[in-house]
Amino acid sequence: MVASTQDDGFVVFEHVQKSYDGETLVVKDLNLTIGQGEFLTMLGPSGSGKTTCLMMLAGFETATHGDIRLDGRPINTVPPHKRGIGMVFQNYALFPHMTVGENLSFPLEVRGMSRSDRERKIKRALDMVQMGAFANRRPAQLSGGQQQRIALARALVFDPQLVLMDEPLGALDKQLREHMQFEIKHLHESLGITVVYVTHDQGEALTMSDRIAVFNDGRIQQLAPPDELYERPRNSFVASFIGENNRLPGVIEEIAEGRALVRLDTGELIDATPVNVSHKGQKTLVSIRPERVEYKPEMLPPNAHLIEAEVMEFIYMGDIFRTRLRVAGSEEFVIKSRNTLGQRMLQPGERIRIGWAPQDARALDPL
Amino acid sequence: MADATTDLAAPTPGRLTTADGRPLKAALGRAQSRARRRAFLLVLPLLLFIVITFIVPIGQMLHRSIHNDGFSRNMPQLSQWFADTEPGTEPDEVAYAALAADLKGAAEAKTIGIVGTRVNYEMPGTRSLFTSTGRKARGFEPPYREAVLEADPKWGNPSLWGTMRQVSRAYSPNFFLASVDLARDNEGNIVRAPQERRVYVMLFQRTFLIAGLITVLCLLLGFPIAHLLATLPLRTSNLLMILVLLPFWTSLLVRTTSWIVLLQGQGVVNNSLVATGLISDANRIQMIYNQTGTIIAMTHILLPFMILPLYSVMRPIPPSYVRAARSLGASSWTAFRRIYLPQTLPGIGAGALLVFILGVGYYITPALVGGASGQLISNLIAFHMQDSLNWSLAAALAAVLLAAVLILYWLYDRLVGIDNLKLG
Repeated sequence: MVASTQDDGFVVFEHVQKSYDGETLVVKDLNLTIGQGEFLTMLGPSGSGKTTCLMMLAGFETATHGDIRLDGRPINTVPPHKRGIGMVFQNYALFPHMTVGENLSFPLEVRGMSRSDRERKIKRALDMVQMGAFANRRPAQLSGGQQQRIALARALVFDPQLVLMDEPLGALDKQLREHMQFEIKHLHESLGITVVYVTHDQGEALTMSDRIAVFNDGRIQQLAPPDELYERPRNSFVASFIGENNRLPGVIEEIAEGRALVRLDTGELIDATPVNVSHKGQKTLVSIRPERVEYKPEMLPPNAHLIEAEVMEFIYMGDIFRTRLRVAGSEEFVIKSRNTLGQRMLQPGERIRIGWAPQDARALDPL
Repeated sequence: MADATTDLAAPTPGRLTTADGRPLKAALGRAQSRARRRAFLLVLPLLLFIVITFIVPIGQMLHRSIHNDGFSRNMPQLSQWFADTEPGTEPDEVAYAALAADLKGAAEAKTIGIVGTRVNYEMPGTRSLFTSTGRKARGFEPPYREAVLEADPKWGNPSLWGTMRQVSRAYSPNFFLASVDLARDNEGNIVRAPQERRVYVMLFQRTFLIAGLITVLCLLLGFPIAHLLATLPLRTSNLLMILVLLPFWTSLLVRTTSWIVLLQGQGVVNNSLVATGLISDANRIQMIYNQTGTIIAMTHILLPFMILPLYSVMRPIPPSYVRAARSLGASSWTAFRRIYLPQTLPGIGAGALLVFILGVGYYITPALVGGASGQLISNLIAFHMQDSLNWSLAAALAAVLLAAVLILYWLYDRLVGIDNLKLG
């Protein structure tokens, strides 16, 4: 892993706000520091402001308020072509009237590079994405995955320190997308560049990033490494946006020393870890990952609270079993269990008791 | 190799057959013939329409440009004498006898005017000679040479006989020669037309020059508008598009006359300039009834033909191309020149070709606002169709125009490629 310290502040957003119409803010007070060599992903639903942030960094949108600094230099007034930032666009934006080689040559030509230098760099960049044999093709003659590689090579050919990617894998099929995720990740590690990556695909974000900034409603909801984001979501939005989770509404019954007892609306008591709740009687939403729910008593910690559940549906998915339960009046409670040797297949109608380790259930703010 | 496929394939390699042994091609043809017949029946009305209203008239026009039997049909005996003798032969008694007989025949059939008109095309001022001699032809007695020359001594003019020899053949290149300011002398050599009759080459040059200028003006004016239309949100751009198309829904005549109102000596523009003191009352600018008027009015009228193809090419160009170019280090001008402009070339080509071809053949506007210096070749074609009734010359001029346009089209195909043309 490349050393990614966020303290040196290679890219800094400071109190950045953006409004298109002068009435609503698309980006509300964004503060973000990205370290040199870091792979940072901006993740969020559409309209959450993540692409706007990327465009402000690239120079295609101007910040309504606040400062953006690149390597210590304020860039608010620097035009895009003088920022020296590589960018990969959603639909690649390969110039259709130029060959692959000419596409890669373009950023070098506008920098006034000599012909021999250009050819050397183009060859190096194409080899980097295993497309060395395609220099004379036109973009239209390439498959989606190949175009993606060329777009990547073009964004890297002039050795930028910072590369922005705006949902670059959105147009590819699932298998190719997963393959490209690893390739981009490896390129990032071997070149030591800083990458700011925008996506709405949480799987992609979790796979590739050093840190993920989850955007919603123009704000960063949580900025954390993938494991922390998944396992310790800070609020209900992050919990529901990242991965699948079960939500149980209730009221805090007891709270002490990092543990809480929650009484569900239907009367049962469950264990939870308080996250952004603080006092007894507060309304809360308890979030539990499906793979952390257990129904075999021997796997549960002692004195864990158990609750009744009825099996509604059992789905065999190959590597895992997915079982939908009726729990505390809700029929959307899902548990996932690995298809291990001797794993029992639950039958619809069966009544079981489920529970979990208190640290896996997070008592969050009600949405 | 799988057996199932070899079973279906032909026993002899290279010729595939169906399962029951018929050649695959024949089977395919039969399977598709019904659909093909139905498709043909659907286009048949259009095909007939085009043949009857387009191909046949154009063919006739082209034929007329090299064929005029006004003399040969009505003067059969003299035409025969010309056919039998060498060019340059002195007209003898036989020739005069044939002339007298034909004049008499034509006068009785009342076709002497047609004959005179035909000769008059080549040699102005001879029509009356034919009609007046025709009236006296009934009383001609041998020897005919003396009789004819007595009726009018102009019949002895050798160049008249040279001209009559040229027009005695129904098929002649004379109209094409005339349309490029050439003529044939008495010996049949091709020479330049007399100074006072050389108008067509100058008019062709002027037509192409003005059409070219209008094309450039339309491109310069239309490109930014088309770009604006293509980049604005659809709602706004649709509204602006209506403004662009509005002239299409107004009569051409109304638009042209409104230019007259605006540009004439006592018109709106001149009055405003005088009122603001920019020009004095005595120095009103002549902007209409000359080339300026033709250029202004035609640029306005042809502008939508430039904007529409440009717009249709620009609309699907995503803004990410220029953004990509900018992010790669290109200034906005470089991004425009190297990335945006090349992608609009099909639209520029289509628009320029459309405007130029329409401009070259434009008639009403130059006729109304062109004055003398703003007349184009189309106005002269109309003149020969309607006033001088020299249809053959009109046809030849139109054919030259058609050929020039086709050459341009061919050049465009060679330089840009016709598949790079996008009309909308």
